[in-house]
Amino acid sequence: MVAMDILKETFWSLSSNKVRSGLTMLGIVIGIASVITMVSIGQGAQASIATSIQSIGSNLIIVRPGAQRSGGVSGGAGSSATLTMDDASAIKSEILNVQAVAPEDSRRSQITARGTNTNTQVVGTVADYAIVRSIAMESGIFVTDQAVKSSAKVAVLGATARDDLFGAGSNPVGQIIRIKNVDFDVIGVTIAKGGSGFTNPDDSIYVPITSAQHFITGDTFVTTMSVAAVDQNSMVAVQNQISDLLLKRHNISDPLQADFSLMNQADIIATASSITGTFTILLASIAGISLLVGGIGIMNMMLTTVTERTREIGLRKAVGIKKIYINMQFLAEAVALTFLGGFIGVALGWGASLAVTKFASIATQISTSSILLAFGVSAGVGILFGFYPARRAANLSPMEALRYE
Amino acid sequence: MIECKDLKKIYINGDVETAALKGVSFSIVKGEFVAIIGPSGSGKSTLMHILGALDSPTSGTYFLEGKEVSKLDDDELSELRREKIGFVFQAFNLLPRTTVLRNVMLPLLYSDTTEKEREDRAKICLKYAGMEESKFNNLSNQLSGGQMQRVAIARSLMNNPAIIFADEPTGNLDTKTSHVVMEAFQELHRKGHTIILITHELEIANFAERIISVRDGAIESDVKKNIQ
Repeated sequence: MVAMDILKETFWSLSSNKVRSGLTMLGIVIGIASVITMVSIGQGAQASIATSIQSIGSNLIIVRPGAQRSGGVSGGAGSSATLTMDDASAIKSEILNVQAVAPEDSRRSQITARGTNTNTQVVGTVADYAIVRSIAMESGIFVTDQAVKSSAKVAVLGATARDDLFGAGSNPVGQIIRIKNVDFDVIGVTIAKGGSGFTNPDDSIYVPITSAQHFITGDTFVTTMSVAAVDQNSMVAVQNQISDLLLKRHNISDPLQADFSLMNQADIIATASSITGTFTILLASIAGISLLVGGIGIMNMMLTTVTERTREIGLRKAVGIKKIYINMQFLAEAVALTFLGGFIGVALGWGASLAVTKFASIATQISTSSILLAFGVSAGVGILFGFYPARRAANLSPMEALRYE
Repeated sequence: MIECKDLKKIYINGDVETAALKGVSFSIVKGEFVAIIGPSGSGKSTLMHILGALDSPTSGTYFLEGKEVSKLDDDELSELRREKIGFVFQAFNLLPRTTVLRNVMLPLLYSDTTEKEREDRAKICLKYAGMEESKFNNLSNQLSGGQMQRVAIARSLMNNPAIIFADEPTGNLDTKTSHVVMEAFQELHRKGHTIILITHELEIANFAERIISVRDGAIESDVKKNIQ
């Protein structure tokens, strides 16, 4: 009976003052929607930065042969030929947390195709190279393990190399190019991905490493090995294990005399984590300020509307309604307003995030925690400041409340 | 039915003590129509608030139908008002943007009655107070002053009160409407209701059959008329 009366009275009270209820709810709606939208844009940006960094390949370790020394004169890193295919397979099979190992045997060569020619990097490699360097195909396929095994005379063109040899946008799959007087079938073209800091992957031609050794370089060595660790956290461990393994395989006891060198993209990782850290702080402050502003707005609306109703509370008391029922009714009204406003706010914030993604092409990511936080704080503030002044008014004597201006 | 002895009320505002009532004693029997008259600041409103269980006296005793009111706490006072007392205020104090019917039903909110019973009772009270049935679903702020006061009278009748208190019921009305409203009170009196009217106008007080005059927190005179 009492519960039913409170519900009905709440409904009547809110619906007979539509403007007042609407404005109060608007404060809650905007508070919640802005927090959710801001945080979703911020987190979207964070995620897209993380993805871009990932695509450069921040979990990459590069193994290069050491310097060739003859009588104290160093030939520079990479000038000696000490790494072999067996080293590559040993790294892949014996070390934990290695996702892929891509040995390569590269050399610049003159390439001809149907009357045109160009001079570019020919990279002899294996199927894993596509994983390690995040290469995606525009058409056809990348070098396969099968092709490596059979020393197949097949080639994959980088987008720029394709443009130079066959014209921009053409599809040369099935055509033939000639490298060092050997014919290679074109089996695929990669998607342009821009510079990666080491070489231009778009202006390269990829062939199976065995074919490169047989027909192009004529040696059995590996010029570079790219090793991808499963994630950034295992980088250090993987790097140390590679070093130990290669020292053992090459029978070197003093690490200073190593005939190879290891490089990773530690600086990129450091930058990535500092950007991510800055973003986390930025997000927290955006959310904090939005919550504060939203909360103050809700507090003001609630305080004014309830204070304005002190006379009404006095009247209710004068006709004999007990304090507890007055408190319960105002609590019910505050809960109804904040929850209704809260749901609309969540829906609006969600919609706004989707709209930003759709129309402004900015990635957004809606997080449950931001929804819960925004809703929780707004509802808490709304209920507290809706209920507290009502409670205070209900504690006044009816005459004091009735005379309240 | 009302019995008060040596009622005192002292308001403390900071260091200043103001005695609004300085020891008031009188009694009122069932069915009386009493006007309490006095200039502003005389303590008549304070007296009515104490009699109407809206406020407690600083000292003295007040019995309403044999029950000592001066010792009740806030919730017990609410209970008493709900069961025995009806109020009509100068400012009408209707809920704005709410229908006439809902306004009148307010005192029975949270009681053991169904919505239907309350509505039926509200209609009876409204007719009793002379309100036209066509206005029952109008919003309270669309009514004239006289109509609002009739609604307020109907509301005061909802709990079938032992006493109806009217605090300057004609204060916001013109002379003609005032007389209409006062005649409505006389009608209630003839039907056997006990009415206590607070006013500062002698003309309005003359509608009652007993006039208690208050000045400076004390009773100045207590006159019974016998018109009928």
